[in-house]
Amino acid sequence: MIAHAIIFYIFSLIAIVSAIMVTVSKNTVNSVFFLILDFISISCLFIMIGAEFLGMIMLIVYVGAVAVLFLFVVMMLNVAQQKNEWFNSSGRSSHIPVGLLISIIIFFELIIVIGGWKYKPDLLDSIAIEINTELTNTQSLGSIIYTDYIHLFQLSGMVLLVAMIGAIVLTFRQRSGVKRQSYFKQISRDRKDGIELVDVENNKGVKIDA
Amino acid sequence: MTELFIFFEQIYRILFLLIPVLVSVAMIVWLDRRVWAFVQKRRGPNVVGPFGLFQTLADALKYIFKEIIIPASSNKVIFILAPIVTMTLALIAWAVIPFSETFVLADINVGILYLFAVSSLGVYGIIMGGWASNSKYPFLGAIRSAAQMVSYEVSIGVIIINVLLCVGSLNLSDIVLAQKDLWFVIPLFPMFIIFFISALAETNRPPFDLPEAEAELVAGYQTEYSGMMYAMFWLGEYANILLMCAMGSILFLGGWLSPIDLFPFNVIPAPIWLILKILFLFILFALIKAIVPRYRYDQLMKLGWKIFLPFSLIYVVLTASFLMYFDLLPGN
Repeated sequence: MIAHAIIFYIFSLIAIVSAIMVTVSKNTVNSVFFLILDFISISCLFIMIGAEFLGMIMLIVYVGAVAVLFLFVVMMLNVAQQKNEWFNSSGRSSHIPVGLLISIIIFFELIIVIGGWKYKPDLLDSIAIEINTELTNTQSLGSIIYTDYIHLFQLSGMVLLVAMIGAIVLTFRQRSGVKRQSYFKQISRDRKDGIELVDVENNKGVKIDA
Repeated sequence: MTELFIFFEQIYRILFLLIPVLVSVAMIVWLDRRVWAFVQKRRGPNVVGPFGLFQTLADALKYIFKEIIIPASSNKVIFILAPIVTMTLALIAWAVIPFSETFVLADINVGILYLFAVSSLGVYGIIMGGWASNSKYPFLGAIRSAAQMVSYEVSIGVIIINVLLCVGSLNLSDIVLAQKDLWFVIPLFPMFIIFFISALAETNRPPFDLPEAEAELVAGYQTEYSGMMYAMFWLGEYANILLMCAMGSILFLGGWLSPIDLFPFNVIPAPIWLILKILFLFILFALIKAIVPRYRYDQLMKLGWKIFLPFSLIYVVLTASFLMYFDLLPGN
């Protein structure tokens, strides 16, 4: 049990320190790497509380895909030294009040959630589906998402689909003059289209029509 | 006291797994070069040791004694971290590979997800190395490889879903045991082919070795690396290739199971079968390196997103409908 506690505190310490470093570090790429470290330690915490499926999905989705895109964007900005504008030497930044407001709201939300859980433990009993401790994580998540709440799941899938189509429509630009390879065209070409035999008259040359 | 004992026991078990993996990585590099030479009618490395078996060890020794050069304008911390990340990620994935019913380091419930997650983290070593070098060729190589690995991971994920539909569990041992009667390579043969090609792209092997295409990018993300750090990239790369071969043999070729449950075959110990299957897949990898020319980058992306992804998605629907219609779904 002591070993468990020690490991828990190690991971949570790493998570908190790297979360602070995300905002403090001067180099944007470094802060993305700290964000990745944060994700990894949080997924370790998920695994420690027995939610191994969530932990792995966290690794695959956030670290394996989302953070790679972050890195892409950040690396494209400027390969040389990147200065973090939020904490520049002048110290006058218009972002700080907005950030403060958001963090105060999140802080109060956390207080409400934790307070409700601490002082009214029977709130936990009002969840819609009983927790089945015999099934594995994967099975119970699967049966809840794909069997009990299939319609809500489909609905959220539709919302995501609309968002995806919207993003594609917003960024899609038809460019003209781009050369593309068409396998079908290449393969279906034969000798008649490619080669033409011409008898050239002396001193006349050949007229080429493109 | 007992906790300390458990701790040391685990360390011995880890070493007992990792040292054979590292040695076999060295051997597999030799095998790769021999197969390559065989196809091109050369002899390949045959001087150091019997059949040249110790060639890789000699190379490794050479790398250890070479000077490590860190470019002045690089980001030094990330530059040094990159090969370490590559090699660590290539090695930790072996923790869940089952060599027999009992011989597995960590028999976790979500083994296949763990493998998938670790192999998707592998891209970080390359991105970090390419960016931290602060040089044009490594950066181009890193960007190419990140795009390539993220694209092919998607189709590998869908292929894994195909297998999981037939198994009904994410545990690797369960996946192997579900193939007792029929290896998944037979009903899911198209998926096996796509998995194999995606594994080539995922490990940056020829014909998809665009991140380190020597004709265009010198050596891609490894250009600025030298000495031991280069050797670590190299070890990590080959450990990853072995891992993909192991994944392929567990998902499709029945893992440690013998092909026929008859006398001369079933006395051979289970780990030998897994190793033979890994070797078979690796020799295919090596042959393809020797006989197929390199792809163009747009062709690579087209293959991943426009051909493999739709095809494997359609196959998921087909597999699911088939299992549903004939009431073969596992767990029913």
